[in-house]
Amino acid sequence: MTVFTYMLMGFLVCCAVSVSLSKNLLNSILIYMSYSLVMSIIWVILESPDLAITEAAVGAGVTSILFFVTLKKIHAIDEREKRKKHEQEED
Amino acid sequence: MSRKKTEQEYRKTFAFRFFRWLNAEEDRYLDKVEMHPQEPYVETEEDIRRRQREKNALLNKLYGRKKSKSVRYLELFYKGACIVFCGILIYLLLLTVSYLPPIGVADRPVNNEVSRRYIEEGLDETGAVNIVSGMILDYRAFDTLGESHVLFVATVTVLILLRADHKKKERSSAGEEMAYSLEEAEINDRNYEPKNDAILQMAACILVPIIIIFGIYVILNGHLGPGGGFSGGAIIGAGLILYLNAFGFQKTQRFFTEKTYKWVSFGSLSFYCIAKSYSFYTGANHLENIIPKGTPGAILSSGLILPLNIAVGLVVACTMYAFYVMFRKGGF
Repeated sequence: MTVFTYMLMGFLVCCAVSVSLSKNLLNSILIYMSYSLVMSIIWVILESPDLAITEAAVGAGVTSILFFVTLKKIHAIDEREKRKKHEQEED
Repeated sequence: MSRKKTEQEYRKTFAFRFFRWLNAEEDRYLDKVEMHPQEPYVETEEDIRRRQREKNALLNKLYGRKKSKSVRYLELFYKGACIVFCGILIYLLLLTVSYLPPIGVADRPVNNEVSRRYIEEGLDETGAVNIVSGMILDYRAFDTLGESHVLFVATVTVLILLRADHKKKERSSAGEEMAYSLEEAEINDRNYEPKNDAILQMAACILVPIIIIFGIYVILNGHLGPGGGFSGGAIIGAGLILYLNAFGFQKTQRFFTEKTYKWVSFGSLSFYCIAKSYSFYTGANHLENIIPKGTPGAILSSGLILPLNIAVGLVVACTMYAFYVMFRKGGF
């Protein structure tokens, strides 16, 4: 069990570092989601299932959805926009 | 009867000339003035250099880009002061850490009688099998009340910040066939709903009932097992958001509008306030609490915790959904 916990902890640190280093905002949100999921597993291992449920629902679910909507609003994940910009740069 | 004029006849009338003058359609200089196309402006190197010099001189005059000696000293001092300040801050924080009580000593402030009392007498005093639930909704109910209100205030703030303009909303709802301007479409992206994605709708059909029933289970089972109002409410809110994404705003508006949100939040929060005021009042005055505790482990037990859990769950579910709707299109 301890090996599993250490693996999860290592994954957590990897996620936390790569969220801030990732250049694509969409990728960093996805990594953040997996961070929350791993965190909820760690909460279960630490014997606090209440927190685990809350973390999975709020951290991995609702917060990431709000991030997605914000990104869509600021046109950070609009593919057509990006392509247009790309064409303009090529011109 | 009016007689229809031909175009050439009309061109000779005064009205034609007047309107042509009014609309400035006539080019008076066409075919009368000799015109040369303008030569493109080519900058010589001398010109560029002069322009740069002038710009630099202007910037120097305005912002003092060329630093004088005193400004340079001030900047050096600023950097030094920053470093010193950060050092002092780090030193203070580390000093505070060193004053913390050591880990694992018997007389730490954490090891007071409160936690022991929670563990030993919590079941008798609150009637909740789940000690955490008994703590947050009975011993520390005031904290939870504050948290629910924080959520509510956060939604109200988002409502104020992201609310779409009322006039625009009316216009867009009046003429559905109208071509929307880009700005309007950005504010109110309900016009492209529903997208009718078959995979998403099938997944939602299967998942949403299960998610919402699980949320209700988590809320109702809060005093018996892990869970409670906040987590259950968040699960229900996530299920509602999934349903909304699959089927569009028109379907959700049948059961969830701004009015629903207002009354559910208001009702739950005021119920929480009144119920907890009653128990605070009886507790402070050493009166008998008429709400029965029930047998621990039964679904209808632990006094006020179950209704409070339901109230918190309703507030949280509505708030999560309202956040999403507000972010999507700024209003219900």
